[in-house]
Amino acid sequence: MILHAKDICLRYGNKEVVKNVSITVNKGEVVSIVGPNGCGKSTILKALSRYIKPSKGEILLEGKNIQTIPTKKAARKIAILPQVRNVPNDFTVETLVSYGRYPHLSFGNRLKKEDVETIDWAINKTGMNQLRERTVATLSGGEQQRAWIAMALAQRPEILILDEPTTFLDISYQLEILELVKELNKALSLTIIMVLHDINQAIRYSHRIYVIKNGEVYSHGDSKTLISSDLLRRVFRIEADALEDSTNGCPYYIPQKMVIG
Amino acid sequence: MMVMKNKTSSSIKVFVLLILLAICIVSFFISIGKGSLDISFQEVIKAIFIEDDTVNHRIIFNVRLPRTLVAGLVGICLGVSGAILQGVMRNPLAAPNIIGVSSGAGLMAYIILILFPKYYYLVPIGAFVGALFATLLIYLLAWKNGVNPMRLILAGVAVSSLLGAGISSLMTLFPDKVAGAVGFMVGGLSARTWPDFNILWPYALLGLVLTFLFPKKLNILMLGDEIATGLGLNVERTRLMFIAFAALLAASAVSVVGLLGFVGLIVPHTARLIIGSDYRYLFPATAILGATVVMLCDTIARLVFDPVEIPVGIVMSLLGAPFFLFLLRERKSMER
Repeated sequence: MILHAKDICLRYGNKEVVKNVSITVNKGEVVSIVGPNGCGKSTILKALSRYIKPSKGEILLEGKNIQTIPTKKAARKIAILPQVRNVPNDFTVETLVSYGRYPHLSFGNRLKKEDVETIDWAINKTGMNQLRERTVATLSGGEQQRAWIAMALAQRPEILILDEPTTFLDISYQLEILELVKELNKALSLTIIMVLHDINQAIRYSHRIYVIKNGEVYSHGDSKTLISSDLLRRVFRIEADALEDSTNGCPYYIPQKMVIG
Repeated sequence: MMVMKNKTSSSIKVFVLLILLAICIVSFFISIGKGSLDISFQEVIKAIFIEDDTVNHRIIFNVRLPRTLVAGLVGICLGVSGAILQGVMRNPLAAPNIIGVSSGAGLMAYIILILFPKYYYLVPIGAFVGALFATLLIYLLAWKNGVNPMRLILAGVAVSSLLGAGISSLMTLFPDKVAGAVGFMVGGLSARTWPDFNILWPYALLGLVLTFLFPKKLNILMLGDEIATGLGLNVERTRLMFIAFAALLAASAVSVVGLLGFVGLIVPHTARLIIGSDYRYLFPATAILGATVVMLCDTIARLVFDPVEIPVGIVMSLLGAPFFLFLLRERKSMER
Protein backbone atom coordinates (compact mmCIF):
# COMPACT_ATOMS: atom_id res chain seq x y z
CA MET A 1 0.00 0.00 0.00
CA ILE A 2 1.60 3.24 -1.09
CA LEU A 3 -1.13 5.67 -0.04
CA HIS A 4 -3.74 5.05 2.64
CA ALA A 5 -6.48 7.44 3.73
CA LYS A 6 -7.72 6.17 7.10
CA ASP A 7 -11.22 7.24 8.15
CA ILE A 8 -10.74 10.81 7.03
CA CYS A 9 -13.27 13.58 7.58
CA LEU A 10 -12.94 16.80 5.63
CA ARG A 11 -14.72 20.05 6.25
CA TYR A 12 -15.01 23.51 4.74
CA GLY A 13 -15.58 25.77 7.72
CA ASN A 14 -18.23 24.01 9.76
CA LYS A 15 -19.65 22.02 6.90
CA GLU A 16 -18.54 18.41 6.83
CA VAL A 17 -18.13 17.45 3.18
CA VAL A 18 -16.46 14.09 3.55
CA LYS A 19 -17.26 11.60 6.32
CA ASN A 20 -15.07 8.67 7.43
CA VAL A 21 -13.69 7.88 4.03
CA SER A 22 -11.01 5.23 3.72
CA ILE A 23 -9.12 4.74 0.51
CA THR A 24 -6.17 2.49 -0.19
CA VAL A 25 -3.96 2.74 -3.21
CA ASN A 26 -1.39 0.11 -4.11
CA LYS A 27 1.87 0.80 -5.89
CA GLY A 28 1.49 0.78 -9.67
CA GLU A 29 -2.29 0.97 -9.64
CA VAL A 30 -4.61 3.31 -11.50
CA VAL A 31 -7.43 4.24 -9.13
CA SER A 32 -10.33 6.42 -10.22
CA ILE A 33 -12.74 8.24 -7.96
CA VAL A 34 -16.20 8.82 -9.41
CA GLY A 35 -19.43 10.21 -8.07
CA PRO A 36 -22.11 12.82 -8.72
CA ASN A 37 -21.28 16.54 -8.66
CA GLY A 38 -20.76 17.82 -5.12
CA CYS A 39 -20.25 14.35 -3.62
CA GLY A 40 -16.84 15.38 -2.25
CA LYS A 41 -14.58 13.52 -4.67
CA SER A 42 -12.47 16.53 -5.58
CA THR A 43 -12.23 17.39 -1.89
CA ILE A 44 -10.87 13.92 -1.19
CA LEU A 45 -8.32 14.46 -3.93
CA LYS A 46 -7.28 17.77 -2.38
CA ALA A 47 -6.68 16.00 0.92
CA LEU A 48 -4.65 13.26 -0.77
CA SER A 49 -2.56 15.97 -2.38
CA ARG A 50 -1.94 17.70 1.00
CA TYR A 51 -3.86 20.83 0.04
CA ILE A 52 -6.43 20.45 2.81
CA LYS A 53 -5.98 18.80 6.18
CA PRO A 54 -8.36 16.11 7.42
CA SER A 55 -10.29 17.22 10.50
CA LYS A 56 -10.28 13.58 11.59
CA GLY A 57 -8.31 10.54 10.50
CA GLU A 58 -4.99 10.54 8.72
CA ILE A 59 -3.44 9.97 5.34
CA LEU A 60 -0.43 7.72 5.25
CA LEU A 61 2.20 7.85 2.53
CA GLU A 62 4.21 4.64 2.76
CA GLY A 63 3.06 4.37 6.36
CA LYS A 64 3.93 7.93 7.41
CA ASN A 65 1.40 10.68 8.10
CA ILE A 66 1.43 12.91 5.05
CA GLN A 67 1.03 16.06 7.15
CA THR A 68 4.17 15.40 9.16
CA ILE A 69 6.42 14.62 6.19
CA PRO A 70 8.41 17.73 5.17
CA THR A 71 6.50 19.24 2.28
CA LYS A 72 9.37 19.13 -0.22
CA LYS A 73 10.00 15.49 0.60
CA ALA A 74 6.36 14.64 0.02
CA ALA A 75 6.50 16.56 -3.28
CA ARG A 76 9.21 14.21 -4.48
CA LYS A 77 6.75 11.33 -4.04
CA ILE A 78 3.43 12.86 -5.05
CA ALA A 79 2.78 15.14 -8.01
CA ILE A 80 -0.62 16.75 -8.44
CA LEU A 81 -2.49 18.30 -11.30
CA PRO A 82 -5.45 20.27 -9.94
CA GLN A 83 -8.08 21.96 -12.05
CA VAL A 84 -7.29 25.43 -10.79
CA ARG A 85 -3.90 26.62 -11.98
CA ASN A 86 -2.37 29.60 -13.57
CA VAL A 87 0.55 30.29 -15.81
CA PRO A 88 2.00 33.70 -16.67
CA ASN A 89 1.60 34.59 -20.35
CA ASP A 90 5.27 34.54 -21.17
CA PHE A 91 6.21 31.19 -19.58
CA THR A 92 7.30 28.59 -22.11
CA VAL A 93 6.60 24.88 -21.82
CA GLU A 94 10.24 24.39 -20.92
CA THR A 95 10.08 26.98 -18.13
CA LEU A 96 6.92 25.45 -16.72
CA VAL A 97 8.35 21.93 -16.79
CA SER A 98 11.53 23.12 -15.07
CA TYR A 99 9.48 24.05 -11.98
CA GLY A 100 8.82 20.34 -11.55
CA ARG A 101 12.39 20.14 -10.29
CA TYR A 102 11.68 22.56 -7.42
CA PRO A 103 11.20 19.89 -4.73
CA HIS A 104 14.56 18.39 -5.67
CA LEU A 105 16.55 21.62 -5.42
CA SER A 106 18.17 22.63 -2.19
CA PHE A 107 18.23 26.28 -1.13
CA GLY A 108 19.25 28.63 -3.93
CA ASN A 109 20.46 25.81 -6.13
CA ARG A 110 20.44 26.12 -9.85
CA LEU A 111 19.37 23.34 -12.17
CA LYS A 112 22.11 20.74 -12.47
CA LYS A 113 22.82 18.59 -15.51
CA GLU A 114 20.72 15.84 -14.01
CA ASP A 115 17.76 18.20 -13.58
CA VAL A 116 18.05 19.38 -17.18
CA GLU A 117 18.06 15.77 -18.33
CA THR A 118 14.97 15.02 -16.29
CA ILE A 119 13.21 18.04 -17.80
CA ASP A 120 14.15 16.83 -21.29
CA TRP A 121 12.93 13.37 -20.46
CA ALA A 122 9.59 14.64 -19.15
CA ILE A 123 9.08 16.79 -22.24
CA ASN A 124 9.82 13.88 -24.55
CA LYS A 125 7.70 11.47 -22.54
CA THR A 126 4.65 13.68 -23.02
CA GLY A 127 5.37 14.34 -26.70
CA MET A 128 5.94 18.06 -26.12
CA ASN A 129 9.32 18.26 -27.81
CA GLN A 130 8.06 20.22 -30.82
CA LEU A 131 6.27 22.67 -28.54
CA ARG A 132 8.88 23.22 -25.86
CA GLU A 133 9.70 26.79 -26.93
CA ARG A 134 6.07 27.84 -27.19
CA THR A 135 4.43 29.81 -24.42
CA VAL A 136 1.93 27.69 -22.54
CA ALA A 137 -0.81 30.28 -22.95
CA THR A 138 -0.79 29.86 -26.75
CA LEU A 139 -1.28 26.08 -26.66
CA SER A 140 -4.54 24.22 -27.14
CA GLY A 141 -6.31 22.73 -24.12
CA GLY A 142 -4.93 19.26 -24.73
CA GLU A 143 -1.40 20.52 -25.25
CA GLN A 144 -1.59 22.59 -22.08
CA GLN A 145 -2.72 19.53 -20.18
CA ARG A 146 0.27 17.61 -21.52
CA ALA A 147 2.58 20.48 -20.53
CA TRP A 148 1.30 20.34 -16.95
CA ILE A 149 1.65 16.55 -16.92
CA ALA A 150 5.24 17.03 -18.09
CA MET A 151 5.82 19.38 -15.16
CA ALA A 152 4.40 16.78 -12.79
CA LEU A 153 6.60 14.09 -14.36
CA ALA A 154 9.68 16.25 -13.88
CA GLN A 155 9.07 15.84 -10.14
CA ARG A 156 9.88 12.14 -10.72
CA PRO A 157 6.99 11.22 -8.45
CA GLU A 158 5.77 7.76 -7.54
CA ILE A 159 2.18 8.92 -7.41
CA LEU A 160 0.43 11.22 -9.86
CA ILE A 161 -2.89 12.75 -8.78
CA LEU A 162 -5.12 14.16 -11.52
CA ASP A 163 -8.31 16.13 -10.92
CA GLU A 164 -10.64 15.65 -13.88
CA PRO A 165 -7.84 15.63 -16.45
CA THR A 166 -10.22 15.45 -19.41
CA THR A 167 -12.66 18.22 -18.49
CA PHE A 168 -12.98 20.93 -21.16
CA LEU A 169 -11.11 18.80 -23.71
CA ASP A 170 -12.66 17.59 -26.95
CA ILE A 171 -13.00 13.88 -27.52
CA SER A 172 -9.68 13.35 -29.28
CA TYR A 173 -7.70 15.13 -26.56
CA GLN A 174 -9.59 13.19 -23.91
CA LEU A 175 -8.45 9.99 -25.54
CA GLU A 176 -4.93 11.30 -25.94
CA ILE A 177 -4.59 12.31 -22.29
CA LEU A 178 -6.01 9.06 -20.95
CA GLU A 179 -3.81 7.01 -23.27
CA LEU A 180 -0.84 9.03 -22.02
CA VAL A 181 -1.86 8.33 -18.43
CA LYS A 182 -2.18 4.64 -19.20
CA GLU A 183 1.22 4.55 -20.84
CA LEU A 184 2.89 6.39 -17.96
CA ASN A 185 1.36 3.89 -15.57
CA LYS A 186 2.66 0.95 -17.59
CA ALA A 187 6.06 2.27 -18.61
CA LEU A 188 7.06 3.90 -15.32
CA SER A 189 4.80 1.87 -13.01
CA LEU A 190 3.58 5.29 -11.89
CA THR A 191 0.71 5.07 -9.43
CA ILE A 192 -2.23 7.14 -10.69
CA ILE A 193 -5.14 8.52 -8.68
CA MET A 194 -7.70 10.52 -10.62
CA VAL A 195 -11.16 11.94 -10.45
CA LEU A 196 -13.10 11.28 -13.64
CA HIS A 197 -16.55 12.39 -14.70
CA ASP A 198 -17.01 9.81 -17.41
CA ILE A 199 -17.88 6.41 -15.92
CA ASN A 200 -16.93 4.58 -19.09
CA GLN A 201 -13.50 6.17 -19.12
CA ALA A 202 -13.04 5.27 -15.46
CA ILE A 203 -13.96 1.63 -16.20
CA ARG A 204 -11.65 1.44 -19.19
CA TYR A 205 -8.61 3.24 -17.84
CA SER A 206 -8.39 2.22 -14.19
CA HIS A 207 -7.74 -0.91 -12.21
CA ARG A 208 -10.00 -0.01 -9.33
CA ILE A 209 -12.77 2.51 -8.78
CA TYR A 210 -14.07 4.25 -5.67
CA VAL A 211 -17.68 5.42 -5.96
CA ILE A 212 -18.41 8.37 -3.68
CA LYS A 213 -21.92 9.43 -2.71
CA ASN A 214 -22.79 12.20 -0.24
CA GLY A 215 -19.27 12.37 1.12
CA GLU A 216 -18.97 8.66 1.83
CA VAL A 217 -17.55 5.69 -0.02
CA TYR A 218 -20.59 4.01 -1.57
CA SER A 219 -18.60 1.09 -2.87
CA HIS A 220 -15.25 0.24 -4.35
CA GLY A 221 -13.64 -2.57 -6.24
CA ASP A 222 -12.38 -3.86 -9.55
CA SER A 223 -13.30 -1.47 -12.33
CA LYS A 224 -14.47 -4.19 -14.69
CA THR A 225 -17.00 -5.63 -12.25
CA LEU A 226 -17.88 -2.89 -9.76
CA ILE A 227 -20.17 -0.75 -11.90
CA SER A 228 -23.64 -2.07 -12.63
CA SER A 229 -26.91 -0.66 -13.90
CA ASP A 230 -28.16 -0.94 -10.35
CA LEU A 231 -25.26 1.12 -8.97
CA LEU A 232 -25.73 3.80 -11.64
CA ARG A 233 -29.39 4.03 -10.70
CA ARG A 234 -28.70 4.37 -6.99
CA VAL A 235 -25.72 6.73 -7.19
CA PHE A 236 -26.27 8.77 -10.33
CA ARG A 237 -30.05 8.31 -10.60
CA ILE A 238 -29.91 7.23 -14.22
CA GLU A 239 -31.19 4.22 -16.10
CA ALA A 240 -28.38 2.84 -18.23
CA ASP A 241 -28.00 -0.06 -20.62
CA ALA A 242 -24.90 -2.19 -20.35
CA LEU A 243 -23.00 -3.14 -23.48
CA GLU A 244 -19.74 -4.99 -23.91
CA ASP A 245 -16.74 -3.13 -25.31
CA SER A 246 -15.01 -6.17 -26.77
CA THR A 247 -11.98 -4.23 -28.05
CA ASN A 248 -11.02 -3.14 -24.56
CA GLY A 249 -12.61 -6.03 -22.74
CA CYS A 250 -14.76 -4.00 -20.41
CA PRO A 251 -18.40 -3.08 -19.96
CA TYR A 252 -19.77 0.10 -21.50
CA TYR A 253 -22.83 1.95 -20.21
CA ILE A 254 -25.21 4.04 -22.25
CA PRO A 255 -27.28 6.41 -20.12
CA GLN A 256 -30.93 6.28 -21.23
CA LYS A 257 -33.02 8.39 -18.89
CA MET A 258 -33.25 9.95 -15.44
CA VAL A 259 -34.77 7.95 -12.63
CA ILE A 260 -37.97 9.76 -11.60
CA GLY A 261 -38.69 10.31 -7.90
CA MET B 1 20.03 21.81 -27.11
CA MET B 2 17.63 22.98 -24.50
CA VAL B 3 20.42 24.20 -22.28
CA MET B 4 21.73 26.32 -25.14
CA LYS B 5 18.36 27.81 -25.95
CA ASN B 6 17.76 28.55 -22.30
CA LYS B 7 21.09 30.28 -22.15
CA THR B 8 20.31 32.53 -25.09
CA SER B 9 17.01 33.60 -23.61
CA SER B 10 18.59 34.29 -20.22
CA SER B 11 21.54 36.12 -21.77
CA ILE B 12 19.11 38.35 -23.66
CA LYS B 13 17.45 39.12 -20.35
CA VAL B 14 20.76 39.87 -18.68
CA PHE B 15 21.58 42.17 -21.60
CA VAL B 16 18.26 43.99 -21.16
CA LEU B 17 19.03 44.37 -17.46
CA LEU B 18 22.40 45.90 -18.29
CA ILE B 19 20.77 48.41 -20.66
CA LEU B 20 18.26 49.34 -17.96
CA LEU B 21 21.11 49.74 -15.50
CA ALA B 22 22.97 52.02 -17.92
CA ILE B 23 19.86 54.17 -18.32
CA CYS B 24 19.53 54.25 -14.54
CA ILE B 25 23.10 55.46 -14.07
CA VAL B 26 22.63 58.17 -16.69
CA SER B 27 19.45 59.25 -14.91
CA PHE B 28 21.36 59.42 -11.66
CA PHE B 29 23.82 61.90 -13.12
CA ILE B 30 21.10 63.90 -14.86
CA SER B 31 19.26 64.13 -11.56
CA ILE B 32 22.34 65.39 -9.78
CA GLY B 33 23.49 67.70 -12.57
CA LYS B 34 20.22 69.42 -13.43
CA GLY B 35 18.66 72.08 -11.28
CA SER B 36 18.55 75.82 -10.74
CA LEU B 37 22.26 75.61 -11.36
CA ASP B 38 23.28 73.19 -14.14
CA ILE B 39 26.41 71.23 -13.36
CA SER B 40 28.06 69.30 -16.20
CA PHE B 41 28.85 65.59 -15.97
CA GLN B 42 32.60 66.20 -15.57
CA GLU B 43 31.98 68.74 -12.86
CA VAL B 44 29.67 66.36 -11.06
CA ILE B 45 32.34 63.67 -11.08
CA LYS B 46 34.95 66.16 -9.95
CA ALA B 47 32.71 67.50 -7.21
CA ILE B 48 31.93 64.05 -5.86
CA PHE B 49 35.35 62.44 -5.98
CA ILE B 50 37.97 65.16 -6.02
CA GLU B 51 36.91 68.56 -4.78
CA ASP B 52 35.79 69.57 -1.42
CA ASP B 53 34.50 72.87 -0.19
CA THR B 54 33.70 74.28 -3.64
CA VAL B 55 30.22 75.56 -4.40
CA ASN B 56 29.49 72.61 -6.66
CA HIS B 57 30.65 70.20 -4.02
CA ARG B 58 28.41 71.78 -1.40
CA ILE B 59 25.35 71.89 -3.65
CA ILE B 60 25.82 68.30 -4.65
CA PHE B 61 26.67 66.89 -1.25
CA ASN B 62 24.23 68.84 0.86
CA VAL B 63 21.28 69.02 -1.50
CA ARG B 64 21.24 67.02 -4.69
CA LEU B 65 23.05 63.79 -3.89
CA PRO B 66 20.96 62.85 -0.84
CA ARG B 67 17.76 63.83 -2.60
CA THR B 68 18.61 61.77 -5.68
CA LEU B 69 19.59 58.81 -3.51
CA VAL B 70 16.33 59.02 -1.59
CA ALA B 71 14.43 59.24 -4.89
CA GLY B 72 16.19 56.19 -6.28
CA LEU B 73 15.76 54.17 -3.13
CA VAL B 74 12.08 55.06 -2.83
CA GLY B 75 11.56 54.00 -6.44
CA ILE B 76 13.27 50.70 -5.79
CA CYS B 77 11.25 50.00 -2.63
CA LEU B 78 7.85 50.88 -4.05
CA GLY B 79 8.51 49.11 -7.34
CA VAL B 80 9.71 45.87 -5.77
CA SER B 81 6.91 46.00 -3.21
CA GLY B 82 4.37 46.23 -6.04
CA ALA B 83 6.07 43.44 -7.98
CA ILE B 84 5.86 41.18 -4.93
CA LEU B 85 2.18 41.94 -4.34
CA GLN B 86 1.18 41.42 -7.98
CA GLY B 87 2.72 37.96 -7.73
CA VAL B 88 1.38 37.06 -4.31
CA MET B 89 -2.16 38.18 -5.18
CA ARG B 90 -1.91 36.93 -8.76
CA ASN B 91 -3.61 40.19 -9.61
CA PRO B 92 -2.24 42.80 -12.00
CA LEU B 93 -3.94 45.61 -10.06
CA ALA B 94 -2.29 44.81 -6.77
CA ALA B 95 -0.08 47.58 -5.43
CA PRO B 96 1.25 48.60 -2.03
CA ASN B 97 -1.97 50.48 -1.23
CA ILE B 98 -3.95 47.24 -1.45
CA ILE B 99 -2.33 45.95 1.76
CA GLY B 100 -3.17 49.16 3.57
CA VAL B 101 0.28 50.71 3.43
CA SER B 102 -0.99 54.03 2.08
CA SER B 103 -4.07 54.37 4.23
CA GLY B 104 -2.31 53.20 7.39
CA ALA B 105 0.62 55.53 6.87
CA GLY B 106 -1.70 58.35 5.79
CA LEU B 107 -3.92 58.16 8.84
CA MET B 108 -1.02 58.08 11.27
CA ALA B 109 0.69 60.98 9.50
CA TYR B 110 -2.52 63.03 9.59
CA ILE B 111 -3.13 62.25 13.23
CA ILE B 112 0.34 63.51 14.05
CA LEU B 113 0.29 66.54 11.71
CA ILE B 114 -3.22 67.70 12.62
CA LEU B 115 -3.71 66.70 16.25
CA PHE B 116 -0.13 66.82 17.50
CA PRO B 117 1.66 69.17 15.10
CA LYS B 118 4.41 69.79 17.66
CA TYR B 119 5.60 66.25 17.11
CA TYR B 120 5.86 66.59 13.32
CA TYR B 121 9.30 64.92 13.44
CA LEU B 122 7.57 61.68 14.46
CA VAL B 123 5.78 61.49 11.10
CA PRO B 124 8.21 59.04 9.45
CA ILE B 125 8.18 56.56 12.30
CA GLY B 126 4.43 57.02 12.83
CA ALA B 127 3.71 56.44 9.15
CA PHE B 128 5.94 53.39 9.18
CA VAL B 129 4.14 51.89 12.17
CA GLY B 130 0.74 52.82 10.74
CA ALA B 131 1.53 51.14 7.44
CA LEU B 132 2.69 47.90 9.02
CA PHE B 133 -0.21 47.89 11.45
CA ALA B 134 -2.75 48.31 8.65
CA THR B 135 -1.13 45.43 6.73
CA LEU B 136 -1.31 43.21 9.79
CA LEU B 137 -4.95 44.13 10.36
CA ILE B 138 -5.86 43.30 6.76
CA TYR B 139 -4.01 40.02 6.91
CA LEU B 140 -5.78 38.99 10.13
CA LEU B 141 -9.20 39.99 8.77
CA ALA B 142 -8.61 37.95 5.63
CA TRP B 143 -7.52 34.89 7.61
CA LYS B 144 -9.85 31.92 7.57
CA ASN B 145 -8.01 28.59 7.43
CA GLY B 146 -5.41 30.47 5.48
CA VAL B 147 -5.53 33.60 3.41
CA ASN B 148 -6.74 33.57 -0.14
CA PRO B 149 -5.69 36.39 -2.43
CA MET B 150 -9.23 37.52 -3.26
CA ARG B 151 -10.22 37.78 0.42
CA LEU B 152 -7.02 39.69 1.07
CA ILE B 153 -7.81 42.19 -1.67
CA LEU B 154 -11.37 42.66 -0.40
CA ALA B 155 -10.20 43.07 3.20
CA GLY B 156 -7.63 45.54 1.89
CA VAL B 157 -10.25 47.62 0.12
CA ALA B 158 -12.49 47.60 3.20
CA VAL B 159 -9.79 48.54 5.70
CA SER B 160 -8.36 51.17 3.36
CA SER B 161 -11.70 52.90 2.99
CA LEU B 162 -12.24 52.73 6.74
CA LEU B 163 -8.89 54.36 7.42
CA GLY B 164 -9.61 56.77 4.57
CA ALA B 165 -12.76 57.80 6.38
CA GLY B 166 -10.58 58.54 9.39
CA ILE B 167 -8.40 60.79 7.27
CA SER B 168 -11.42 62.58 5.79
CA SER B 169 -12.96 63.21 9.22
CA LEU B 170 -9.73 64.72 10.45
CA MET B 171 -9.66 66.99 7.41
CA THR B 172 -13.27 68.01 7.93
CA LEU B 173 -12.95 68.63 11.65
CA PHE B 174 -9.71 70.59 11.44
CA PRO B 175 -9.87 72.40 8.10
CA ASP B 176 -7.44 75.09 9.27
CA LYS B 177 -4.68 72.60 9.85
CA VAL B 178 -5.03 70.66 6.62
CA ALA B 179 -2.67 72.80 4.58
CA GLY B 180 0.41 71.57 6.41
CA ALA B 181 -0.56 67.96 5.92
CA VAL B 182 -1.44 67.92 2.25
CA GLY B 183 2.19 67.46 1.24
CA PHE B 184 2.28 64.03 2.78
CA MET B 185 -0.80 62.95 0.86
CA VAL B 186 0.58 63.90 -2.54
CA GLY B 187 4.05 62.60 -1.85
CA GLY B 188 7.14 64.60 -2.60
CA LEU B 189 10.87 64.72 -2.35
CA SER B 190 11.23 68.40 -1.62
CA ALA B 191 14.03 69.09 0.87
CA ARG B 192 14.78 65.42 1.46
CA THR B 193 18.33 65.07 2.65
CA TRP B 194 20.74 62.85 4.57
CA PRO B 195 18.62 62.18 7.68
CA ASP B 196 15.82 60.95 5.41
CA PHE B 197 18.24 58.75 3.53
CA ASN B 198 19.55 57.37 6.79
CA ILE B 199 16.06 56.47 7.96
CA LEU B 200 15.31 54.75 4.69
CA TRP B 201 18.30 52.68 3.68
CA PRO B 202 18.54 50.10 6.49
CA TYR B 203 14.92 48.97 6.02
CA ALA B 204 15.19 49.12 2.25
CA LEU B 205 18.37 47.06 2.25
CA LEU B 206 16.92 44.48 4.61
CA GLY B 207 13.72 44.16 2.58
CA LEU B 208 15.55 43.94 -0.72
CA VAL B 209 18.09 41.36 0.39
CA LEU B 210 15.36 39.13 1.81
CA THR B 211 13.19 39.53 -1.29
CA PHE B 212 16.00 38.85 -3.74
CA LEU B 213 16.81 35.59 -1.99
CA PHE B 214 13.55 33.90 -2.95
CA PRO B 215 12.44 34.78 -6.51
CA LYS B 216 11.78 31.12 -7.31
CA LYS B 217 9.28 30.76 -4.50
CA LEU B 218 7.28 33.63 -5.96
CA ASN B 219 7.45 32.11 -9.45
CA ILE B 220 5.94 28.93 -8.08
CA LEU B 221 3.33 30.76 -6.05
CA MET B 222 2.10 32.34 -9.30
CA LEU B 223 1.17 28.90 -10.64
CA GLY B 224 -1.66 28.61 -8.12
CA ASP B 225 -1.97 27.50 -4.50
CA GLU B 226 -2.65 23.85 -5.23
CA ILE B 227 0.15 23.49 -7.77
CA ALA B 228 2.53 25.27 -5.40
CA THR B 229 1.56 22.91 -2.57
CA GLY B 230 2.09 19.97 -4.89
CA LEU B 231 5.57 21.26 -5.74
CA GLY B 232 6.49 21.33 -2.07
CA LEU B 233 6.07 25.01 -1.31
CA ASN B 234 4.57 26.01 2.03
CA VAL B 235 2.02 28.36 0.48
CA GLU B 236 0.71 30.08 3.61
CA ARG B 237 4.14 30.73 5.06
CA THR B 238 5.55 31.94 1.74
CA ARG B 239 2.64 34.32 1.20
CA LEU B 240 2.93 35.78 4.71
CA MET B 241 6.66 36.18 4.27
CA PHE B 242 6.34 38.05 0.98
CA ILE B 243 3.53 40.27 2.24
CA ALA B 244 5.76 41.17 5.19
CA PHE B 245 8.63 42.04 2.82
CA ALA B 246 6.32 44.12 0.64
CA ALA B 247 4.92 45.95 3.65
CA LEU B 248 8.40 46.64 5.01
CA LEU B 249 9.62 48.04 1.69
CA ALA B 250 6.57 50.17 0.97
CA ALA B 251 6.23 51.39 4.55
CA SER B 252 9.82 52.56 4.70
CA ALA B 253 9.43 54.42 1.40
CA VAL B 254 6.09 55.98 2.31
CA SER B 255 7.33 57.08 5.72
CA VAL B 256 9.98 59.24 4.07
CA VAL B 257 8.23 60.65 0.98
CA GLY B 258 4.52 60.33 1.69
CA LEU B 259 1.98 58.57 -0.48
CA LEU B 260 3.63 58.01 -3.84
CA GLY B 261 1.18 55.40 -5.01
CA PHE B 262 1.76 55.23 -8.71
CA VAL B 263 5.27 53.71 -8.77
CA GLY B 264 4.19 50.50 -7.10
CA LEU B 265 1.56 49.80 -9.72
CA ILE B 266 3.06 50.95 -13.02
CA VAL B 267 6.75 50.19 -12.62
CA PRO B 268 6.39 46.44 -12.00
CA HIS B 269 3.92 46.27 -14.89
CA THR B 270 6.29 48.03 -17.24
CA ALA B 271 9.17 45.85 -16.10
CA ARG B 272 7.02 42.78 -16.72
CA LEU B 273 6.26 43.92 -20.25
CA ILE B 274 9.95 44.46 -20.91
CA ILE B 275 11.47 41.39 -19.31
CA GLY B 276 8.70 38.89 -18.59
CA SER B 277 7.22 37.40 -15.42
CA ASP B 278 10.16 35.36 -14.19
CA TYR B 279 10.95 36.97 -10.83
CA ARG B 280 14.63 36.16 -11.10
CA TYR B 281 14.77 38.91 -13.74
CA LEU B 282 11.65 40.83 -12.81
CA PHE B 283 12.93 41.85 -9.36
CA PRO B 284 16.15 43.45 -10.58
CA ALA B 285 14.39 45.00 -13.59
CA THR B 286 11.70 46.50 -11.35
CA ALA B 287 14.26 47.83 -8.90
CA ILE B 288 16.34 49.50 -11.63
CA LEU B 289 13.32 50.88 -13.42
CA GLY B 290 11.75 52.13 -10.19
CA ALA B 291 14.89 54.06 -9.29
CA THR B 292 15.15 55.51 -12.81
CA VAL B 293 11.54 56.62 -12.95
CA VAL B 294 11.51 58.38 -9.59
CA MET B 295 14.88 60.07 -10.13
CA LEU B 296 13.90 61.36 -13.57
CA CYS B 297 10.42 62.46 -12.52
CA ASP B 298 11.85 64.28 -9.54
CA THR B 299 14.30 66.07 -11.80
CA ILE B 300 11.43 67.17 -14.01
CA ALA B 301 9.41 68.17 -10.94
CA ARG B 302 12.24 70.45 -9.88
CA LEU B 303 12.83 71.93 -13.32
CA VAL B 304 9.58 72.67 -15.16
CA PHE B 305 8.35 75.53 -13.02
CA ASP B 306 11.70 76.42 -11.52
CA PRO B 307 12.03 77.94 -8.94
CA VAL B 308 8.67 76.50 -7.87
CA GLU B 309 8.69 72.75 -7.40
CA ILE B 310 5.73 70.54 -8.17
CA PRO B 311 5.23 67.31 -6.23
CA VAL B 312 6.92 64.38 -7.93
CA GLY B 313 3.76 62.26 -7.64
CA ILE B 314 1.96 64.55 -10.08
CA VAL B 315 4.77 64.38 -12.63
CA MET B 316 4.85 60.63 -12.37
CA SER B 317 1.17 60.24 -13.06
CA LEU B 318 1.21 62.76 -15.92
CA LEU B 319 4.13 61.12 -17.71
CA GLY B 320 3.89 57.54 -16.53
CA ALA B 321 0.29 56.78 -17.33
CA PRO B 322 0.44 57.70 -21.05
CA PHE B 323 3.80 55.96 -21.42
CA PHE B 324 2.42 52.85 -19.81
CA LEU B 325 -0.63 52.83 -22.06
CA PHE B 326 1.63 53.28 -25.07
CA LEU B 327 3.74 50.32 -23.98
CA LEU B 328 0.65 48.21 -23.50
CA ARG B 329 -0.57 48.95 -27.03
CA GLU B 330 2.81 48.33 -28.61
CA ARG B 331 3.08 45.03 -26.84
CA LYS B 332 -0.32 43.96 -28.03
CA SER B 333 0.37 44.77 -31.67
CA MET B 334 3.64 42.87 -31.41
CA GLU B 335 1.88 39.79 -30.20
CA ARG B 336 -0.61 39.80 -33.01
